Amino acid sequence: MQKYSGFGLFKHSLSHHENWQRVWRNPTPKKKYDVIIIGGGGHGLATAYYLAKEHGITNVAVLEKGHLGGGNACRNTTIVRSNYLWDESAALYEHSMQLWEGLAQELNYNVMFSQRGCYHTCHTLQDMRSNERLVAANRLQGIDNEMVDAEQLQKEIPTMDCSKNARYPIMGASVQRRAGNARHDAVAWGFARAADALGVDLIQNCEVIDMEISDGKITGVKTKQYGVLKADRVGCVVAGNSGVLAKMAGFELPVESHPLQALVSEPIKPFLDTVVMSNHVHGYMSQSDKGDLVIGAGIDGWVGYGQRGSYGIIEHTIQAIVEMFPCTSRVRMNRQWGGIVDACPDASPIISETPIKNLFFNCGWGTGGFKGTPGSGNLFAHTLADGKPHPIAEPFSIQRFHTGALIDEHGAAGVAH
Amino acid sequence: MLHIYCPHCAEYREEDEFHCAGQAHIARPLDPEACSDQEWGEYLFFRKNPRGLHHELWVHAAGCRKFFNMTRDTQSYEIKEVYKIGEQPSVVAE
Repeated sequence: MQKYSGFGLFKHSLSHHENWQRVWRNPTPKKKYDVIIIGGGGHGLATAYYLAKEHGITNVAVLEKGHLGGGNACRNTTIVRSNYLWDESAALYEHSMQLWEGLAQELNYNVMFSQRGCYHTCHTLQDMRSNERLVAANRLQGIDNEMVDAEQLQKEIPTMDCSKNARYPIMGASVQRRAGNARHDAVAWGFARAADALGVDLIQNCEVIDMEISDGKITGVKTKQYGVLKADRVGCVVAGNSGVLAKMAGFELPVESHPLQALVSEPIKPFLDTVVMSNHVHGYMSQSDKGDLVIGAGIDGWVGYGQRGSYGIIEHTIQAIVEMFPCTSRVRMNRQWGGIVDACPDASPIISETPIKNLFFNCGWGTGGFKGTPGSGNLFAHTLADGKPHPIAEPFSIQRFHTGALIDEHGAAGVAH
Repeated sequence: MLHIYCPHCAEYREEDEFHCAGQAHIARPLDPEACSDQEWGEYLFFRKNPRGLHHELWVHAAGCRKFFNMTRDTQSYEIKEVYKIGEQPSVVAE
């Protein structure tokens, strides 16, 4: 792998940047792999990378039906934070957060991780109480989180309306200062490049149409383009399409797929240097380095695979944003899109064994998958290498929907749920 | 945006007036105490999540506030039919 550096940039400028090495190979798949990962998004690519790097398993293929990082990896609002309520989730998201903090160096790829902070605004007494509880829980877990009052908040975010005149006046906010955002594409590309360098085969335009299962054990997958590919273990990391793959394997998941919409405005001058989320008025926003406002909406309440949602949801979200930032009322919106999120009944993911031996699922991240990308990959790689879950991933077994040991994160999962 | 026919109001109205209440035709176990953890978990949490035809329960929340069923394609978002509670669909998902 060609190492990226300032010197390299200078050297290549002398040849008009025409001799850069390809970022990854484009191999034809082998007939047999140790591990096949279905889904070439952020989570799948991270899984492949950590399998090769931490577990020495390099005979790995990532099968992607479209192009790498072309699903939810490029459809999210890029927020990274770890201020969840329960110990299980805090451990999971904090594990991810710590990987984020060293990720650009580790991958030798600028993922533009920016710890610009993330505010959860409170508009009611109940909001204040639940956020204070969240802050207290996070402190006990060793995760940074603090409360600020409306006056302080107004100083920190001058463009936000923290006055008493608002329709839903802001009483305060919790803020995780280590939170922030990252460049969504760069994360997928960085993991892809690093995994490829370690020998992982990244197979694009390769759709899985069936699973080869005998005696309750998976032996491979059937693809549309390359026929049957054998594997000792198979990991599915396909977000919204998890239910479709589970059906191929003959079981059901406690997951429903919903469209989740987001939109960006035209680029404007620097105006918001942090991330703001409001559970109460129901919207969240940050500003990208390019200058556009990145705004996230809630899910459409019905099952949908069409990668588009209803207009009413967007209208509702924009109302919330204008409510908090009246100065944005004349900003024009550039683009709007939907991604398919797989939501679990308890708003926590599934990283688990399945009823089929050697088949593992990593799904149900719902509306919060982006922040989990490195952690999810790291833990799922452990699961695939050992055949049993990492201690942090253990509570996220699919079994919890039968035992009742749910990890209810509807509060901390926030706006989108 | 879905344009939905309410079988009770006998009118087409905007989606904003309605609320989707999830999968239709889920029968509550007659004797919950007799259910195993497995059965009870499946009843509570496991849902069909098809890419294609799906039977859903909807409520006309900002209208007549009555429930009804809908058969809808989750890929194209086309509504195949709506029918009242207690009726059976004529277009059946696999």
